[in-house]
Amino acid sequence: MSIIEMVLIALVYLGIFSVAGLFLVLLERRVAAWFQLRIGPNRVGFQGLLQTMADALKLVSKELTGTEKADKFLYNLAPYFVIITALMALGVIPFTKDFQAFDINIGIFFLIAISSIGVIGILLGGWASNNKFALIGAMRSGVQTISYELSVGLSLLTMILLTRSLQLSEIVEVQKNGWLIVQGHIPAIIAFMVFMIAGTAETNRAPFDMVEAESELGAGFHTEYSGMKFAYFFLAEFINMFLIAAIATTVFFGAWLSPFGITESIPWLGVFWFLLKTLILVFLMMWFRWTFPRLRVDQLLTLEWKYLLPINLVNIVIMAFVVWQNLIIQF
Amino acid sequence: MSYFSNIFYGIKTLLTGMRVTGKYFLNSRKGAITQQYPDNRGILKMFDRFRGEVIMPHDENNEHACTGCQKCEIACPNGTIEIIWDRGLDEATGKKKKKIDQFVYHLSLCTMCGLCIDVCPTDAIEWGQNFENSVYDRTALTRVLNKPDSKIRPGVED
Ligand code: SF4
Ligand code: SF4
Repeated sequence: MSIIEMVLIALVYLGIFSVAGLFLVLLERRVAAWFQLRIGPNRVGFQGLLQTMADALKLVSKELTGTEKADKFLYNLAPYFVIITALMALGVIPFTKDFQAFDINIGIFFLIAISSIGVIGILLGGWASNNKFALIGAMRSGVQTISYELSVGLSLLTMILLTRSLQLSEIVEVQKNGWLIVQGHIPAIIAFMVFMIAGTAETNRAPFDMVEAESELGAGFHTEYSGMKFAYFFLAEFINMFLIAAIATTVFFGAWLSPFGITESIPWLGVFWFLLKTLILVFLMMWFRWTFPRLRVDQLLTLEWKYLLPINLVNIVIMAFVVWQNLIIQF
Repeated sequence: MSYFSNIFYGIKTLLTGMRVTGKYFLNSRKGAITQQYPDNRGILKMFDRFRGEVIMPHDENNEHACTGCQKCEIACPNGTIEIIWDRGLDEATGKKKKKIDQFVYHLSLCTMCGLCIDVCPTDAIEWGQNFENSVYDRTALTRVLNKPDSKIRPGVED
């Protein structure tokens, strides 16, 4: 692949996913409204379709303010860390057999690694803002991500036992005989539940949003950010949510494979199936957000270290046993 | 063993919560509980118990029920109500009698506590449903509640 080709693909991805991220924000706002028996944004464009575009334009045109005593270099660097890692991770997601920018043999590992770099951006932002709320938010984010990274990694590792490959295209290939959540039955379902919980925590969304807990910390780590830099943080949160759902789709629900192979002859329909599955999972995460109350920090750590981690470790052993005794369900 | 029952209890209660919100989500199509103000300004109706402002209803003969007893003026914690009264001749008996000249109500001082309405012996004042009270000049918030040339409805004092 030549360098020009790479740059072109990167630009296309950037374009597609910034717009997609904006629509995800809109979706969240509408879904939130429906959960609360409200109507939600419905003025700009048909049914409010252009609302978040307008918001983004507004944010771009705003003045960038910052605190006097902020560490200017780190303060400006932080939003880019967050948004770039979120966009980078999208590169390895297999939307269809051909629509995958970067199919490396350590795919899953790369995803986990990249998603933990994002937290550096949050820590930097909180530290460099020179604001107590931002600092507390950033520190909480550190605690949270370090803890839940374990569960994300281990639950994916459970599934790797089944696929015997880290490469995402291979993982999809294995699922031609049934999605992994069916193949791995009980341990796979447990791993899926753990992954969804830990994944929600990774994205710092409610009920794990102590990082920006409005009632205690103002806006948490991005208290001091305004305009486009704030928009980057905001967009990154939504792209990360999409990413977690996309990883779950790839690893548990057969990525672009259609259910029972009904559209196997039309490969480009894979995008549709992939997005459908991902959006269902995204909806699930929105459902979580608008249902569950926020956890306290100690409850958050109890949940991870006393419940998710031991369950995960036992689950890996069960999965190893299942694979060893060949108790896999295949069609 | 409480470890496992904790997990099951946790999952069960979370699912209960999701069922409740899920029900709301599915019913959201039937109409939102929020109002599309000001689009529906024409048809927007406030609730019966809504406290918008204190009004004094007048019937078709331009008659109200206020005797000018000043109980509301005394009851009001903020001095919102000022009753300017006068003595006039009562046509029926020919005696001199207290009557209101102006019932002055300062909306900008009112906390909508309702004490004046509770205390009024003749139910001459009640809650109005108006909520659009923004004005450009605060003197517009001082209102005279009895209409010009109105008089007391015969019989309310009996
Ligand atoms: S509602 Fe309360 S504050 Fe308002 S006029 Fe009546 S007594 Fe006074
Ligand atoms: S409004 Fe009622 S309480 Fe007030 S002066 Fe008139 S009759 Fe008396």
